[in-house]
Amino acid sequence: MTAPSGVLVVGASAAGLSTAEALRRKGYQGRLTVLGAEPHLPYDRPPLSKQVLAGAWDPERARLRPQAALSALEAEFLLADPAVGLDTETRTVHTASGRALRADAVVVATGLGPRTLAGQAGLAGVHTLRTLDDAVALRADLLASSRLVVVGDGVLGAEIAATARGMGLAVTMAGPRPAPLAGQLGPVVAGLLADLHTERGVRLRLGAGVSGLTGHHGRVTGVRLDSGEVLPADVVVVAVGADPATGWLAGSGLRVDNGLVCDSRCRAAEGIYAAGDVARWRHVTLDALIRLENRTNATEQATVVAANILGDDQPYRPVPYFWTDQFDARIHVHGTPSADAEVTVVDGDLAGRRFVAVYRRDGAITAVLGWNMPKQARLRRGQIGDALPDLAPAP
Amino acid sequence: MKINVDEAKCCGAGQCVLLAPEVFDQRDDDGVVILLEAEPSEHLHAAVREAAAVCPAAAIELSEST
Repeated sequence: MTAPSGVLVVGASAAGLSTAEALRRKGYQGRLTVLGAEPHLPYDRPPLSKQVLAGAWDPERARLRPQAALSALEAEFLLADPAVGLDTETRTVHTASGRALRADAVVVATGLGPRTLAGQAGLAGVHTLRTLDDAVALRADLLASSRLVVVGDGVLGAEIAATARGMGLAVTMAGPRPAPLAGQLGPVVAGLLADLHTERGVRLRLGAGVSGLTGHHGRVTGVRLDSGEVLPADVVVVAVGADPATGWLAGSGLRVDNGLVCDSRCRAAEGIYAAGDVARWRHVTLDALIRLENRTNATEQATVVAANILGDDQPYRPVPYFWTDQFDARIHVHGTPSADAEVTVVDGDLAGRRFVAVYRRDGAITAVLGWNMPKQARLRRGQIGDALPDLAPAP
Repeated sequence: MKINVDEAKCCGAGQCVLLAPEVFDQRDDDGVVILLEAEPSEHLHAAVREAAAVCPAAAIELSEST
């Protein structure tokens, strides 16, 4: 395939921006359009649950690139205009405002939408956190409140709980697993996280299902557990995972199944690609469809997509990586940990809360985790084998 | 090319070190980026641009004189 004369990137967050930047870095000089659903120029999402929510950063500081860098990209940013449809044959994207944008190559980078609880929509004081506007709204509500219940025991829920505790709120975390991140990191590390949260004053009500929300005069008053117990709350954050934002692809004829399904080159159809949280692609080594929700995947997959648009033929085979900051713990995870892996501390020690642990399954190293030892963990990244087991199970 | 790193933004991923070890390192104690060469020579520019682009915390800024 020769270089296209026009590329349209649908999504103006990390994956979309990275695709545009990688195209230019690799010498693409044609027309480049980035379509964003939100009104904001590209910003970073990891700080939303931490620095932005805490008020340590102005929202502006979460911008991914300064204006000069965006200008140098020579891309047209069309913002506040969500995609609503795709005509696969002609590669034409239709937008909410009525635009019809045709391109030789279309990159789907629309990310995720947060899941919600039944009854959430009609109640004030119940939040999800995905966008910058979500973070600003949640912060405003937290500043006027004293009791927060976080529904969700994953990375996002645990980070929000830690941040809100730091803001002085009484915080309760509710979720089905026995400890924060137990589903991803297993009992040893999740147990340490539970200790950390408890020491810092977060009340853990884990290992219990949430059956719904209670309210009074249109405002949330609590979270009801399966046991019938109600956890009182002024504000509730629902952090129970997210789904790929693929609703706009209905009728496109493309295969949507827990993400936009792609081949090993991240291609969904001739001239149509996907990058980031929304992309479910065939991992050549595993011979399985994989979808990753993490920040580095957005950028790395975008880089491969850009290369393939320009005529390369690269399979995408990343080493997954994510990090999370909670209180004074900075946790870095390379590879694919799993709850049932054998965990061995290879540097530092658990009691000192500064260590590197390796995760093994069937004798092979599947992940390396650093707790306040980022460099030392990264140095062991090369030990991770290619046999990534059970990647990206349901959160 | 001139590089600026924002230590407060750095998340310690070390992606920059993987891509351009002549230019970036990490502190042993907290993993925060160490800039070894603020004005790297030209043969390193491509790797540095890649490092800035993939930094998951957007902590590396480049100014390139034109």
